[in-house]
Amino acid sequence: MKSALNVDQIKSEFPIFNRLVRGENRLIYLDSAATSQKPLSVLDAERDFYTKHNAAAHRGAHQLAEEATELFEGARAKVATFLNASSENEIIFTKSATESINLVAYSIGNAKPGSKFHLKAGDRIVVSEMEHHANLIPWQELAARTGAELSWFGVTDDGRLDLSNLDSLINEKTKMVALTHQSNVLGTINDFNGDLVKLRAQIKAVGALFLIDACQSVPHLKVDVQELGCDFLTFSGHKAVGPTGVGVLWGRSELLDEMPPFLTGGSMIENVTMQSATYLPAPKRFEAGVPNMAQAVGLGAALDYLDKVSLTAIHEHEVALTKQALDGLKSIRGLSIVGPTDVKNRGAVISFTVEGVHPHDLGQALDQYGIAVRTGHHCAWPLMRRFKVVATTRASFYLYNDQSDVVALVEGVDRARKYFMER
Amino acid sequence: MELDSLYQEVILDHYKRPQNKSLASNPTIQVHHVNTSCGDEVTLNLHFKGERVENITWDAVGCSISQASHSVMSELLKGKSAEEALSLVEEFQRMLQSKGSDLGNEEHLQDGVAFAGVSKFPARVKCALLGWMAFKDALQQSITKAN
Ligand SMILES: Cc1ncc(COP(=O)(O)O)c(C=O)c1O
Repeated sequence: MKSALNVDQIKSEFPIFNRLVRGENRLIYLDSAATSQKPLSVLDAERDFYTKHNAAAHRGAHQLAEEATELFEGARAKVATFLNASSENEIIFTKSATESINLVAYSIGNAKPGSKFHLKAGDRIVVSEMEHHANLIPWQELAARTGAELSWFGVTDDGRLDLSNLDSLINEKTKMVALTHQSNVLGTINDFNGDLVKLRAQIKAVGALFLIDACQSVPHLKVDVQELGCDFLTFSGHKAVGPTGVGVLWGRSELLDEMPPFLTGGSMIENVTMQSATYLPAPKRFEAGVPNMAQAVGLGAALDYLDKVSLTAIHEHEVALTKQALDGLKSIRGLSIVGPTDVKNRGAVISFTVEGVHPHDLGQALDQYGIAVRTGHHCAWPLMRRFKVVATTRASFYLYNDQSDVVALVEGVDRARKYFMER
Repeated sequence: MELDSLYQEVILDHYKRPQNKSLASNPTIQVHHVNTSCGDEVTLNLHFKGERVENITWDAVGCSISQASHSVMSELLKGKSAEEALSLVEEFQRMLQSKGSDLGNEEHLQDGVAFAGVSKFPARVKCALLGWMAFKDALQQSITKAN
């Protein structure tokens, strides 16, 4: 099987793969769904910002401030192009996807009666059972603050969104819908342009706002906000080979410019008196304080890197690895996949359980062989309950993984199973 | 191999044949503790009578380290006075937080010393302590209740 990517070349650009782990083991990193590793070009971009251009963007009359502003705004332009946003003003830098979702939820919560964003008793917010806590708890809290009701789509046994009660969930009461693009546990891709186009049309028809949590999709496949037809979309830089401390919220300009602010302070105001203030339009309205400039610049470099490698090729590569892993894992005695068992509309995240071996123990054994996986509830506790498991082991693949990593995983899981079950 | 220093034979034995893993009825106190980082849970029933730990029974979902640790704890602390039990809990806790320097006193902790290796794995210390902390909580509540 020929890979869509030159993984050896890619690996050589990620310095972390030079180290060994737990003794003399090479690092087999299968935890990119939690956070990705970083290529040298991203580290260089951050360092370059600090060593040559560091100053507070949008403030100061000096050369460095001008350069810092240009770099920061340049990063915004890169994100806009990457997502095919219709304007740079639709890109808000936050510290993370978690903050982005809270921004939308708090902004809506701050909307006064009469505003089209105002929520009240009788209104409905809709999420799904496969959401990460980051796309669940902010909505629980918003519902509690406003009196709106929180409802959710269930998940089918094979890990897909259950649309059987579409009409009772998405109707004229529904004001906000927040769904994940790809589950961080199941790997399921919610194809809002394909299988789920009816859902999307219904959200639009009832006039509800639609937020997509694209944390697990933006790093791995081409995401086009105009094609997706949503109102808000968010992701975190650190899962997309970028730095920690920077996330993105994309929103339609006409909405952002009318939404009340979330965090308030410097840099987001138009005019201030001792009693009150007026606010700038987006994105500045939502970027109070000196921004995370170096991280945004690093994210710009990360997106350049992904573009250079090609997201189409990355996705194709990941589908091949996922298929290989699913086939290999399914042959292990007592192993069950939690999520879709084929590669249709499925990303490179595989959760599984092994009968008689707790995920924590399995993860510990894999770690001894140099294989880094995630174990636990993956910040999706309701989904664990849905599948009647306490925890799962999760392997996730990215552009720097290859077939030998998948072989190591499958052999490692089987070896660990024998260690605990046949000793 | 390092894995064997963590998963001692004693631990795997207790995991496969856990002691006191069946909740006895009418406890003095029942507590429920959760390891929020992994979702592991334990329910512990304590029968406490005349200053003594009369019985400890439990039910739990969790990894081999936590299950084995509940088992060892329930065996070791049963029949002890409140004071003895608390002192053993502290000794066990000290060993687990020692990062490998405290190998534990076998005369005191008995099978509990098998968990000395866990102290070198910071992510697993909570697993080993879960049941012991649940016991400590139950004991303190029982004492408060008695007074
Ligand atoms: C689907 C999904 N949504 C949201 C988040 C939250 O991202 P962050 O922790 O970077 O804010 C994550 C990351 O764990 C995720 O996988």
